[in-house]
Amino acid sequence: MKAKFLIPLGLFVVLVGFLAVGLGLDPREVPSPLVNKPAPLFKLTQLEQPELAFAPEELKGKVWLFNVWASWCVACRQEHPVLMEFSRSKNIPVIGLDYKDQRKDAMGVLRRAGNPYDLTAFDGDGRVGIDYGVYGVPESYLIDKAGVIRYKHIGPITAEDLQKKIIPLINELNKS
Amino acid sequence: MTPELGHFALILALCVSLVQGTLPLLGAQYARREWIVLARPAAQATFLLMLASFGALAWSFYANDFSVQYVAEHSNSQLPTVYRFGAVWGGHEGSLLLWVFMLSGWSVAVAFFSRTLDETMVARVIAVLGLVMTGLLLFILFTSNPFNRLIPAAENGRDLNPLLQDPGLVFHPPMLYMGYVGFAVAFAFAIAALLSGRLDAAWARWSRPWTTGAWIFLTLGIALGSWWAYYELGWGGWWFWDPVENASFMPWLLGTALLHSLAVTEKRGSFKSWTVLLAIGAFSLSLLGTFLVRSGVLTSVHAFATDPRRGIFILILLVLVVGASLTLFAWRAPKVALGGAFGLISRESMLLTGNVLLVVACASVLLGTLYPLIIDALKLGKISVGPPYFNAVFVPVMTPVLFLLAAVPLARWKHTDIKEIALRMWIPGALALIAGALVPIAMGGWTVLTGLGVALSIWVAASGVIQVVRRVRSSMPPASFWAMHLGHFGVAVFVFGVTMVGGYQEEQDVRMEPGDTVSVGGYQFKMIEVKDVPGPNYSAAQGAFEVSRNGKVSQVLQPEKRNYFSSTMPMTEAAIDAGFTRDVYVSLGEPLEGKAWAVRVYYKPFVDWIWGGCLLMALGGVFAITDRRYRLRVKAASTVPTEVAAGLKGATP
Repeated sequence: MKAKFLIPLGLFVVLVGFLAVGLGLDPREVPSPLVNKPAPLFKLTQLEQPELAFAPEELKGKVWLFNVWASWCVACRQEHPVLMEFSRSKNIPVIGLDYKDQRKDAMGVLRRAGNPYDLTAFDGDGRVGIDYGVYGVPESYLIDKAGVIRYKHIGPITAEDLQKKIIPLINELNKS
Repeated sequence: MTPELGHFALILALCVSLVQGTLPLLGAQYARREWIVLARPAAQATFLLMLASFGALAWSFYANDFSVQYVAEHSNSQLPTVYRFGAVWGGHEGSLLLWVFMLSGWSVAVAFFSRTLDETMVARVIAVLGLVMTGLLLFILFTSNPFNRLIPAAENGRDLNPLLQDPGLVFHPPMLYMGYVGFAVAFAFAIAALLSGRLDAAWARWSRPWTTGAWIFLTLGIALGSWWAYYELGWGGWWFWDPVENASFMPWLLGTALLHSLAVTEKRGSFKSWTVLLAIGAFSLSLLGTFLVRSGVLTSVHAFATDPRRGIFILILLVLVVGASLTLFAWRAPKVALGGAFGLISRESMLLTGNVLLVVACASVLLGTLYPLIIDALKLGKISVGPPYFNAVFVPVMTPVLFLLAAVPLARWKHTDIKEIALRMWIPGALALIAGALVPIAMGGWTVLTGLGVALSIWVAASGVIQVVRRVRSSMPPASFWAMHLGHFGVAVFVFGVTMVGGYQEEQDVRMEPGDTVSVGGYQFKMIEVKDVPGPNYSAAQGAFEVSRNGKVSQVLQPEKRNYFSSTMPMTEAAIDAGFTRDVYVSLGEPLEGKAWAVRVYYKPFVDWIWGGCLLMALGGVFAITDRRYRLRVKAASTVPTEVAAGLKGATP
């Protein structure tokens, strides 16, 4: 076997090495500009009781989870049982933001599949979502006692995300 | 029920493709005829099963079956029927199904059109295709099943990404995949030849039409994608050096090199191991492209929903397919006999130079595409590589390619006299110099790049025309002659278009209110109004712009800004007045206060020549396939006659 015929194979092995390392990296992991910044303020009506309002200041002094969802979002259905489980065993408030949706549809989903939220703010035209830099639903934010965003999760939260990242962070934030 | 049938057909296809991939290969190795003859029926069965599976998915879209998760994620009851079919390949799972469906189509075509070939060779080729198919079917079934149910069913679907709701995009992926997947046939021929040790002129002749077929589809697919980006994204650009564009361009570059190298192998018996390597390379890059798009290792506008399991699976597939074939290459290629010797200046040496340059171009695109990943993997930071790198690398590499391209058809095999070529090239050379000096000045300003671009394009076009005229005078040339000159003329047209757009396009990005006028490239655009118009699954703001030149109103352009009900991102529909020598292009940006809008207006000289050139290249490919000699019955191992024929041809003055 002549060595020069092994060159293509050698180059390929190097390439595969880089690709394999690359798989473990996330090119989209650009730190969110909102992390460690105060959560944008807003005042919205509540989904199920339009006569009542909600503003994030009401939760000052508590660590809480802010979850952006919508009835038209298929990935949210995947996330829903995880949130249900979390809200049953949790010790922190879970607030929903119903993003670019119809009240009727959103309430239908909560009625059928269960409601993991303490309350849901209704963001029909998506303006609050824009302030929070939402570009795909679902997204979730963990907000600390001082009203500062400490963690942003893009895409559905899985049971593993909860156990490995979110719950340890909640415990840490609750201590401080 | 239909989705389950589709799922079942997919599982059966996996079983049959496993048979297709193993038994004929073993049969060819151990000379067991009863296993060899299994190849064709197995390929037919896989195709029918894939047809059933693909049909089941298409039916689920047509019937709006939102209990199928993939349908719920990519369709909507308001989506027009045409786009519901397009939506079948609008996402990762469906497009992968299309990939495998096409692979089964190519392998049944090989089974059907290779009646004249050696039975053992065909068995090996079909078996290699079967093995590739097995790998991809495992991938679909384990990580990306399009038939998964969604329980409870969604009331309505999430809708197809509005960017994809466009006729250009309905056809772009199938064309591109036909090209990608088609290189699998050239690859399978190369592997079969390595296995059998029969790397001869007959092998090259069998591979050529298949390679050309795949190359035509790839050319058209890339051109369609580029044309779509031009009119749909509203940025006025036609190529962005996005990683996924590069992923399709790299196999094209190697495929082009392969086409030319196969010609040498067929005619002269040279470059055998090089040709095999190119065939392996072109398909490997198609697979690599699939990996890059679907694993999420690079950021791109095309990225599919990513899932790390998929990335690992494709990487393993890539290692198995490419690793195994390169190992086979390292083992078998040294035993391949060398072809005919050739002189320092000869058709062979010129083709080889062009070939190497194309490979260098491909390698530099690969490097630029993977550089961000490499830097990140070495923990040196996060960077992105953009058009400046690619443009800087590409022009110097492609300039000598274009220079050679005009002269190669004049060169003889084995040895050629440089004076003789020079004597016949002085007319195109003089024309190129004159045009390179004058055309840019006429267009409004001479720069090195525009001068070079025009000169090269005229050099290629003029020498082609002169050669054709000379040849036609003596007798009617064969289709392959027309194929070469059409393809090369397409390159000239393409280069001219790129040079003109790059050098002389004009654009204005302005704020306009009804009644305002903006002037670009000698055209005046007057904004008349912007009104709301409804669409089937969107609402749009539609502008009206009166276009005039020298005071004469030629027409009204109506660009749109669409808001699809299912999406948060507004879509731009540019309005283009296309012409032979220029496009004028208006697109609506963002609404500003009151009745004002941000408006982009472009003047693009000769932009349509870019895609026209691609069409001509593809047409050249079509001519190449129709050449009669591929239809002739191939007599067993006809290496000698071709050698003799080539020798005779070389001997005549």
